[in-house]
Amino acid sequence: MTEMQLGDHARKIAKQPWGLWWTQAQRLTRIELRRNLFSWKATWIYCLAFIPTAIIFIHLLVDSHPGFQMTEDTNILAGIIQLYYIRLGVFFGCLGIFSRLIRGEMIERSLHFYLLSPVRREVLLLAKFAAGSISAVFLFGSAVAADFALMYVGFGAAGRDYIFDGPGMGQLQAYLLIIVLACFGYGAVFLLLSMMFRNPTPAAMLVLGWETINPVLPSLLQKISVASYLRHLMPVTVGAEGIFALLTVETEAVSGWAATTGLLGLIVIVLIYSCYRIRKLEIRYSTE
Amino acid sequence: MNDRIIFEDVSKFYGEVLGVNRISLSIPPGITTLVGPNGSGKTTIMNLMTGLVQPSNGRISVLGLKPSDQMELFSILGYCTQFDFFPRGLTGWQFVLDGLMLHGMEEAMAVDLAQQAIERVQLGDAAYRKIAGYSKGMRQKIRLAQAIAHHPRVLVLDEPLNGLDPMARAESIALFEELSRQGMHVLISSHILDEVDRISDRVILITGGYLIAEGNIHQVRQEVHEKPMQVLIRCDRPEVLASKMFAINHCVEARLHADGKGVFLRTADIDRFYSMLNGIAADGLVKIDAVAPADDDANAIYEYLIGKDGSPS
Repeated sequence: MTEMQLGDHARKIAKQPWGLWWTQAQRLTRIELRRNLFSWKATWIYCLAFIPTAIIFIHLLVDSHPGFQMTEDTNILAGIIQLYYIRLGVFFGCLGIFSRLIRGEMIERSLHFYLLSPVRREVLLLAKFAAGSISAVFLFGSAVAADFALMYVGFGAAGRDYIFDGPGMGQLQAYLLIIVLACFGYGAVFLLLSMMFRNPTPAAMLVLGWETINPVLPSLLQKISVASYLRHLMPVTVGAEGIFALLTVETEAVSGWAATTGLLGLIVIVLIYSCYRIRKLEIRYSTE
Repeated sequence: MNDRIIFEDVSKFYGEVLGVNRISLSIPPGITTLVGPNGSGKTTIMNLMTGLVQPSNGRISVLGLKPSDQMELFSILGYCTQFDFFPRGLTGWQFVLDGLMLHGMEEAMAVDLAQQAIERVQLGDAAYRKIAGYSKGMRQKIRLAQAIAHHPRVLVLDEPLNGLDPMARAESIALFEELSRQGMHVLISSHILDEVDRISDRVILITGGYLIAEGNIHQVRQEVHEKPMQVLIRCDRPEVLASKMFAINHCVEARLHADGKGVFLRTADIDRFYSMLNGIAADGLVKIDAVAPADDDANAIYEYLIGKDGSPS
């Protein structure tokens, strides 16, 4: 491509109505959040997010918290994040949230209202993705923050020191970053799957299987996985035995920045393909 | 930008199932009615126009825009589909307002337009209730309100009279006429032929995915040569007129009107029929009060070309 062609291309991009797209995307996101964030149908997702919170709360009430146990509780929290939230909670929560955005509207036969509005389909898709991400991050982010607070509040002053003067705050930030990336990553995957399959659940089970065996695959294949990137961001290494060992296999070391950039790259690729799919999407409710 | 809706040799196949086949149309402003039995391809034509489905072959343009030009197209087009489903949990007001807000306009302007549209379909009292509690007629009205709210130049209405009571039908038809007078394209598909027939500028007859006939309703009727046309003549001596017309061999059927003050005559050659009728009137044998075609409405044409059961008669 010559310099002149590049210049033309840049001018063409600059001429696009970015302001209007941004306004439309904001309004679509607001509509989606109003409809989806607080819905009785999503009750099971709230339960999924807050089950560990309830268990940690019971642990806070029932068990004593001697200072020497803090390391053990820190490891337990890391295990909950890696083994529960990443593998199950966020995975199935995002399946529920993101597969509703397009496929759910097709099942309810209401998607055509969006497709008949003067909004580019790519803007529609990205706005729905944003709304799903905000819902998922809000839900699972609050759950993890609550888990973290409840895990250390029982230790009193030692717990406060650990959080504010020790490594605690850094760990919380890392967990929240992991949750945000997990929601984006699984969200993008399930949004795409919901456009490709009438029932995305079997395909999601395949993804779950892939994520499970991913640590033992060659390093090139490990890059096509959300969990593999997230594993490298864990602030506390989870040691596990038996069947859990498969879920926590140590893979080649990757820096946090490389893992974050790699996952964001994967998300962008999935979203670009989703934009292509929604451009070709036809409304044929009779086949749903 | 040209002012026509154009289909150029458009086909649509759903897998191996034919939706429409090699449809070519050029639709000017005014009211155009799509007529055909269930499954004939009426909704497919509307969905193709609006990009909800994509053609397997051919090209479509709506006032010079492609269906894939979503932003520009839906700024000038409103589509009231026959899908009787709505996004969950919305009131009628939210439904119309949300649609307008997606145009990117200021909220005050959207509120104003939503108000106008809801008043225009006379749904003001119910606008703040949830759509889930609406009757079928009210749901039809709120869809219509959303389709017209942004003042489109093209209005596509798939079975817009379904579920409406006679009063609401009359109001809707008056609205379509008004919009058409303002220079809009109004494309209607309907089974209620008697009512849309009165307001249609042209009809498109379609069956089994094939275009059967298209044009001004009277022209289309005249082209159906194998079905003699029926004319009602109001006169003082209908039996004399009937015998005269039979005698000069331009009449194939005659039936007296129930009130005895007119006769239905069927002829295979309408032009010669009218010239003979003028001759009879000039002779003074019969005093003719009125002459009107009795079967050049959409219903009759539908029946002649497509058949009552959807198969050509």
